[in-house]
Amino acid sequence: MKARLLFAVLAVALALSLSACGSKEQAEEKPAAPAVASAPVDPATAGTITGTVKLDGPAPKAQRIRMDAEPTCAKTHTTPVMTEDYVVGDKGGLGNVVVYVKDGLGNRTFDTPKEPVVLDQNGCIYVPHVIAVQVNQPVEIINSDPTTHNVHPVPTNNKEWNKSQPPKAENIVESFAREEIAIPVKCNVHPWMKSYIAVLKHPYFKVTGKDGAFEIKNLPPGDYTLVAWHGVLGTSAEQKVTIGPKESKAIEFTFKP
Amino acid sequence: MKNSSYNPGLHRFAVFTACWTLFLLVAGALVTSNDAGLAVPDWPLSYGSLMPPMVGGIFYEHGHRMVATAAGIFTIILAVWISRRETRASMRRLGWSALAAVVAQGILGGITVKFFLPPWVSVAHAALAQAFFCSLVAIALFTSKWWQSELQVVRYSAHPPVRERAVAAAIVIFIQLLLGAAYRHQALGILPHLIGAVIVPFVVLPAAFSSRDRAYGSASGLARCGTMLKHVLYVQLALGGAALWSRLATQHAPQPMPVMVFFTVAHTAVGALTLAVAVLLVLVAFRVLGPVRPEKVAASQPRMAGQEGGAL
Repeated sequence: MKARLLFAVLAVALALSLSACGSKEQAEEKPAAPAVASAPVDPATAGTITGTVKLDGPAPKAQRIRMDAEPTCAKTHTTPVMTEDYVVGDKGGLGNVVVYVKDGLGNRTFDTPKEPVVLDQNGCIYVPHVIAVQVNQPVEIINSDPTTHNVHPVPTNNKEWNKSQPPKAENIVESFAREEIAIPVKCNVHPWMKSYIAVLKHPYFKVTGKDGAFEIKNLPPGDYTLVAWHGVLGTSAEQKVTIGPKESKAIEFTFKP
Repeated sequence: MKNSSYNPGLHRFAVFTACWTLFLLVAGALVTSNDAGLAVPDWPLSYGSLMPPMVGGIFYEHGHRMVATAAGIFTIILAVWISRRETRASMRRLGWSALAAVVAQGILGGITVKFFLPPWVSVAHAALAQAFFCSLVAIALFTSKWWQSELQVVRYSAHPPVRERAVAAAIVIFIQLLLGAAYRHQALGILPHLIGAVIVPFVVLPAAFSSRDRAYGSASGLARCGTMLKHVLYVQLALGGAALWSRLATQHAPQPMPVMVFFTVAHTAVGALTLAVAVLLVLVAFRVLGPVRPEKVAASQPRMAGQEGGAL
């Protein structure tokens, strides 16, 4: 009798946990309402915001990634592989930062670009370390390595997925339905592999290179709030910018390590 | 003779299965510590096959699945063996319960993969693993020659209340293991587990020391269990400190560092052992100490087993 009761309790607990997980999954799968593009930006009046992201102080020392656990990965490198959390240029420019318009576009909507942004797995690291896409824009993930990877984004506002990608397998093409800055991507086969995908509703963003420079073009005249996001240092203070017709303004973001 | 149903082969197999389950716990802890829980995206197959390339995190995740499959097979054998050879109905129920637990554990493991490690399902997976291990330790004890022999039963004096303290110790250790699992699977922060680490010695050590009390001096096995519990707790506390230190020292490392993995896995494994020893203490305390009847028999007055006792 007690054993039967135990089985019944166990079965109910399992059913509940399955249904709870299932309902979460269904909620996540619900597609966002399709956006209708508003009037295009007039290039005759559009302005530009340029600038630099800088690191105010010495960057923490990059750490060596040890790939000894998988010789296939180790063999693809002739020099030590270092972490890319802090990519700093000669003049203190900070790379791998997503600079984007946070506010000021109102209800304006934008067409989704059809061309994919590529994220490569090359030498058992993600190249590039940070990418940014528009909502529903395809992200094409390539495996250039002679080993198996799994691609596992861990979003908080989008549907989570986890796909394996053996060597020479077809590219994975996925997109994200909701804005999220930024989604960590990891490979659980190679735990040192980490990347970020920033997903924005509009095209006004840029990922900085090693010099920390960015240029955001084709902005309609207006008042904007911009922020910069870094994988370790988080989100910067907001910067307010007013852009007049055909105007170009320069701003600077500074992060402290 | 009470040990007429003693089957050395069955007992040895039960001990082996319990040891294998401890190995399984270590394999599971390696998966979590190496962040390899989703290195194999599919379940029950691994990359659509029974034997994927054992590289990187796949080695840990698929290795865990292989060890778990073997544990499941051993438990089936054990449950069937018990059901055919055991005369004690409670033992047969325990055997089937262990089998049910390992099946449920496999399903929970599958859910963790399919639903991307939902924290509380992962915690339930860890908790059921501990319960399953304890059930096998109990089976190993109940099938032993010692358990089935005619033991001298000592009157339980309730001063000190070793039974109650042992039960409290087992419960507190189990809760502490749950809090540890909740931290590891990011369902909770580390604070509840740290608070638990302060409370546990105040509950466990009195149980360990009271089992060595003079009142129970002639109770077979009781003092040994208490001593074991005391020592394994000391080791566990030291490993907990080392695991925390290694985690803090390597928190900015690009990947799980071997020192962190070593101490954390050792802490998890010895945690399971601590619970198992506490459960042993509970079982032995109820086996070798008779019920409280102060009006009839003075405390510590010996009597023989079989006059009163459990179904096992």
